[in-house]
Amino acid sequence: MSSLLQIIFFALLVRPLLAFFIGVRVRGLKELPRQHPFIIVANHTSHLDAVALLNLFPLKDLARIRPVAAADYFHRNAMVAWFSHCFFNILPIERQHISREHNPLPVLREALMRGESLIIFPEGTRSVSGDLGAFHSGIAHMIQEFPQIPVIPVFMSNMGRALPKGEFILLPFICEVNIGTPVFVQGSKEDILNALRDAFLKLRGESSWSR
Amino acid sequence: MDKIYSLVMGMPVARAGTLVFCILLFSSVIVRFGSRLAPQVDWQELKLRVRSWWFMAFFFFLAVTLSRSITIIFFALTSFWVLKEYVTILDTRRADHRALFWAFLVIPIQYYWVATNWYIMFLIFIPVYAFLFIPLRLVLVQETAGFLSSVAKIQWGLMAFVFGFSHMAYLSTMPSIAGTSAGGSTLLLFLVIVTEMNDVFQFLWGKLIGRHKIFPIVSPKKTMEGFWGGVLTTTVASLALRFLTPFGVVETMFFAFCIAIAGFFGDVVMSAVKRDAGVKDFSNAIPGHGGALDRVDSLCYTAPLFFHMTAYFYY
Repeated sequence: MSSLLQIIFFALLVRPLLAFFIGVRVRGLKELPRQHPFIIVANHTSHLDAVALLNLFPLKDLARIRPVAAADYFHRNAMVAWFSHCFFNILPIERQHISREHNPLPVLREALMRGESLIIFPEGTRSVSGDLGAFHSGIAHMIQEFPQIPVIPVFMSNMGRALPKGEFILLPFICEVNIGTPVFVQGSKEDILNALRDAFLKLRGESSWSR
Repeated sequence: MDKIYSLVMGMPVARAGTLVFCILLFSSVIVRFGSRLAPQVDWQELKLRVRSWWFMAFFFFLAVTLSRSITIIFFALTSFWVLKEYVTILDTRRADHRALFWAFLVIPIQYYWVATNWYIMFLIFIPVYAFLFIPLRLVLVQETAGFLSSVAKIQWGLMAFVFGFSHMAYLSTMPSIAGTSAGGSTLLLFLVIVTEMNDVFQFLWGKLIGRHKIFPIVSPKKTMEGFWGGVLTTTVASLALRFLTPFGVVETMFFAFCIAIAGFFGDVVMSAVKRDAGVKDFSNAIPGHGGALDRVDSLCYTAPLFFHMTAYFYY
């Protein structure tokens, strides 16, 4: 039921809005894997990010793609929680008071084992300046644990100008979604995070805008 | 056959459409076989350009002929798209967000004045009300660093892409001129065809014999030869479009000459905007041309100028 609502929401509202009002341009669409699961790793400047990433996929795939989202933010009230689950199919994780019992990693692990793909913003929060923040190590744990799952770096520009943090009015800035080649990297957590960062910086260099 | 011929010739819009269609057909044939005649020229870019011209000409004629409200909506959407390309390449501040929202909201309001034929409001709404309101809205954010620069950026965008463009929509609503077959929509065709023709002629003359750069820093591809070749060719070629106007021979050439000069400067001013923002094209919306704004930049200057010149002499 909620997946049907999500499909209707994307087909009637999100698609036309992103295509005609914002004018999102996508580069490297052929890099996206046909097979689930995979992990999309993206920079984060706006709520539009997850919307634009979900919009890259066929409508029937939406139910299998989970944007990983902060539980403290998206569960702050029942309304927001319902909205983000129903229309965006978020996978809520804890980002505060993390302990052995209060660990976000099993949630990600179980989703991947179910065959669901993840959208992860490794900066952990939206950047206000548009600069790339430090990466959290959760993504590196997942890559170490599932070396066979493709990790696709995506750099998005101008999303934070169209809908900045703390703003609810959407403005039409032409945005770009740059999809990189899948990254397969093993090694220490630092190695993995550095490789991801390099992939991002390369994509940013190829983008029309750097923020 | 004779009947169809006289019917087409009797309707200025159909005649102009046929003329443009023939020119496009001719260009398509040239770019199709050009690589055999002159293999050293980059025909791929020209091919893309001509193909895009087909689409642009088709949609423009559709918009102008279907109905008045569709013409107005067409220009409103063009203003929207072009203003979007413009703000995207600018270095806007986070503090400009709400002021930019109001700037976009100006578009439907301005075109509403066009649709309701409220001439005075159409003329003053942007230069008076919008220009007073934008700084006011920016002040509410209390971010003074870069304030004046933001005011200027937003106001110039509104002036060029909303105020300037809406003159084409208003022109299309002007009544026919007594004693002639010319009216608002045929004058609009004259303005747009002559402006675009001038762009093409300047481009072609520049490619063929361009040597002396005219504004090497702002626009390195523009040459003296391209400029004068374009202006003169446009001035003469405009006579083929005289049936769209109430002008005599000399007047047609005078108006076309003014359009050619203004179009050139519209292009150069927008080049300076691009240079300042550090980009080559406004976007890549139109294959071979760059952004939509790269194609219509000359109209920012020619539209208000031609509108007020014809209004002064003929309305």
